[in-house]
Amino acid sequence: MPSVIIIGGGPGGYVAAIRAAQLGLEVTLVEREWLGGVCLNWGCIPTKALLRNAEVLSLFQHAKDWGVTMEKLNADYGVAFDRSRKVADQLVKGIGFLMKKNKIKVVTGDAKLAGKGVVTVGGAGDKAVQTLAADHVILAVGARPRLLPGMTADGERVVTSREALLDNRTAPKSIVILGGGAIGCEFAYVYGTYGAKVTLVEMRDHLLPLEDPESSEVLEKAYKAKGFDLLLGAKYEGHDVTKKGVKVRIAAKDGPKTVEADRMLVALGIAPNTEGLGLEAAGVKTDRGFITVDDQMRTNVPGVWAIGDCNGRSGLAHVASAQGVLAVETIAGHHPPALRYEDMPRCTYCHPQVASLGLTEAQAKERGHDVKVGRFPLAANGKALALGDATGQVKVVVDGKYGELLGVHLVGPDVTELLPEFGLARSAEATATEIEHTVHAHPTLSEALHEAVLGAMGRAIHI
Amino acid sequence: MASNILMPKMGYDMEEGKILRWLKNEGDAVKKSEPIAEIETDKVAIEIEAFAGGVLAKILMPAGGVAKVGAPIGIIAEPGEKVEAPAGAEAKAEPAAATTAPSPPSGDLSPTGERERVQPPQPSPLSSPPTNPPGGEVARRAGEGVREAPDERLKASPLAKKIATDLGVELAGLSGTGPGGRIVRRDVEEAANQGLTGRKPAAAAAGAPGTGGGRKEPLSGMRKAIARRMVEAMAPIPHFYVTMAVDMDAAMALRAQINEAREKDEKISVNDLVLKACALALRKHPSLNARWESDGVFHPDEVAISVAVALPDGLIAPDIHQADTKSLGTINREVKDKAGRAKNGHLGPDEYGRGTFTLSNLGMFGVESFTAIVTPPQSAAIAVGAVTQEAVVKDGQLAVGQVMRFTISADHRITDGAGSAQFAVEVKRLLENPLQLLV
Repeated sequence: MPSVIIIGGGPGGYVAAIRAAQLGLEVTLVEREWLGGVCLNWGCIPTKALLRNAEVLSLFQHAKDWGVTMEKLNADYGVAFDRSRKVADQLVKGIGFLMKKNKIKVVTGDAKLAGKGVVTVGGAGDKAVQTLAADHVILAVGARPRLLPGMTADGERVVTSREALLDNRTAPKSIVILGGGAIGCEFAYVYGTYGAKVTLVEMRDHLLPLEDPESSEVLEKAYKAKGFDLLLGAKYEGHDVTKKGVKVRIAAKDGPKTVEADRMLVALGIAPNTEGLGLEAAGVKTDRGFITVDDQMRTNVPGVWAIGDCNGRSGLAHVASAQGVLAVETIAGHHPPALRYEDMPRCTYCHPQVASLGLTEAQAKERGHDVKVGRFPLAANGKALALGDATGQVKVVVDGKYGELLGVHLVGPDVTELLPEFGLARSAEATATEIEHTVHAHPTLSEALHEAVLGAMGRAIHI
Repeated sequence: MASNILMPKMGYDMEEGKILRWLKNEGDAVKKSEPIAEIETDKVAIEIEAFAGGVLAKILMPAGGVAKVGAPIGIIAEPGEKVEAPAGAEAKAEPAAATTAPSPPSGDLSPTGERERVQPPQPSPLSSPPTNPPGGEVARRAGEGVREAPDERLKASPLAKKIATDLGVELAGLSGTGPGGRIVRRDVEEAANQGLTGRKPAAAAAGAPGTGGGRKEPLSGMRKAIARRMVEAMAPIPHFYVTMAVDMDAAMALRAQINEAREKDEKISVNDLVLKACALALRKHPSLNARWESDGVFHPDEVAISVAVALPDGLIAPDIHQADTKSLGTINREVKDKAGRAKNGHLGPDEYGRGTFTLSNLGMFGVESFTAIVTPPQSAAIAVGAVTQEAVVKDGQLAVGQVMRFTISADHRITDGAGSAQFAVEVKRLLENPLQLLV
């Protein structure tokens, strides 16, 4: 079996390492900071912890609606922050344990390609350079928040998600968030619920611009109800850091404006961590910094592979993991099928949650499908009403010819958990008929998905 | 050691083959004798097997591509072995093949396989240019690997099933590329693109008269081959035709007598009688047992008759060898077997294309008489009509007789009218004295 060096211990790299070990490959994992990468340390996981705190706080804020009264409500963001760190640390320790369990050699330090199958680690300060060699090298170096030219994150007035999750133990009283994607929307919910005045700036016409516009509209409505200032179709022009905070200049639809806030969070996408890796010397092709790969994650240089954020195919942790497994299995001589990127689940965990998979209605039409759309509002779903959380809907896009399930678009409480039914159906090539004939438990939110599919077939029961 | 997988020669006149699909992907481990690709020739779709175990290191000709016979289409290597696509691969392949000709297998093959190898075509001393034998490197798989048992649970996705129903693709004939060999959408769509549909898609709403609406069906490999071959045959071959009526009373009586004691599926057909008669007549008149080649007329030692079998999308004519020495029962079984396999696409490449003479029978359609086109390089063909009851004159009396008409089409370059007439007379004589067919 070939040997492999994996550079980067995030959800792409560490999962690839475990799968490689399972397949009998000799694996070395090089990580420069913390195992678990952005996802576990300053990404997916701590934000989910903070979002849960915000949700609990939100319930208390509406305690009266539930018949619960209290003298005074105190919300301590510091405690929420500490909890998020604890959750992250717990998971990171778990990864360390998994590495030991799978007998994966973990090397700490900055890695660099140094010839065919050769990687050097460290060398900074008084540390000696370690040279590693293997048949294959998988680059899983990830990405970081992208800053605009001339912008610096000072960690106090101007921050990215990294500082927000690692350093900012206090919630701002007011915040301008640049970028209405998943990260921007999630922080808006957290800080907004903790009392911050939120201004959310998005260049395109909708929050979560990659989602079906109907989903975005539900979220926009919910955010407006929370008092967030949504500047859609608005462009960031510049900012000044002041003593009190930050002044952000924005070209909004209705003219230029300046918004003052304690803090500005920049959530404008990601930039790959591909500098200093020795890519150029090794002849590895990149495109705007992202490493170019084929469907099996091979770069143009034989024996060099790239998975996860650094190849620019997706910025999602679960896709990085899937790419890692794909690459390693290919190295081991298996032939795993290529990923279908449109089938990668997309989730935003604000409240209401937004989740989707497959094609939007517009994309399906563009591809010439005979599009049938089914919708079911959560306001007609028993479980959602019982939860007292019935904002949202399920929308499915189905091809009329064969009942092919093309896409699902969900907004509502915990709807991210409803995606796998549709994902499994897509990968097994099940059609609307199979979902129709699957009995969905009552009362559950999943009934809404069932009803939406029935609706696309023109025979919803409860609407 | 890495070695090339070559496009095998699967028939007398095969010049190139199309890769229908690769059953293995680059990097997949392959076992010796495992099917690795499906190719389509003018006549058949067939699976080819790995000649050695290892890894399918490189696919040189992707699915859909067409490769000349003997050209490398892929490389099998040891696991982990680095391979390079051969530069000018085609040029290299030929001398390599020539050194192994005419007797495969090459050195790195273990000669133990029970598998059947593709045989180089019957060497013909006059043939030009020399044909590339497949070097014994690719073994043929006839029949296996294709799901046939109708009661076996068919593994296909719901979507694949719906599309197959809509497009008229027979799922049972497909091999799936999904997990565990499951037939998925892609497999059905590919099959439909290759014209493997059992029936035409339901017609869309009929167009208004005069609007020129309709549907263009792409040409399948077989349709293209038929088109090319028939034009090749009709234009340069100076055809001439000799028609005869045969009194079939005795033959039908004999047939009834023979069949009385035979099981339903073993009953001798009129076709079997005609085939045997033609074989004996060819033995007697070897001028028609011949192949036209540019520099001479080749007379094989044996008699081989090609029997035309209709397929949904064309026809194929499997060879019946040495029918002159075989019993009617043997001929019957052989024709049934080969026709059946021809219809399933499981006819081996060495089972057609070697005849000198074709038998084409439209009697089952009630056709009284017709003429056939000679298939080059053959010398002649017989077109057989139905046995019908007719008013005949017997011993000066008008009577009801059973009559069958046949027409010999012959290549005037090979034979002349008199020779064909003598041959026709001999066929007629044998059928009218059918006991001759039994000895």
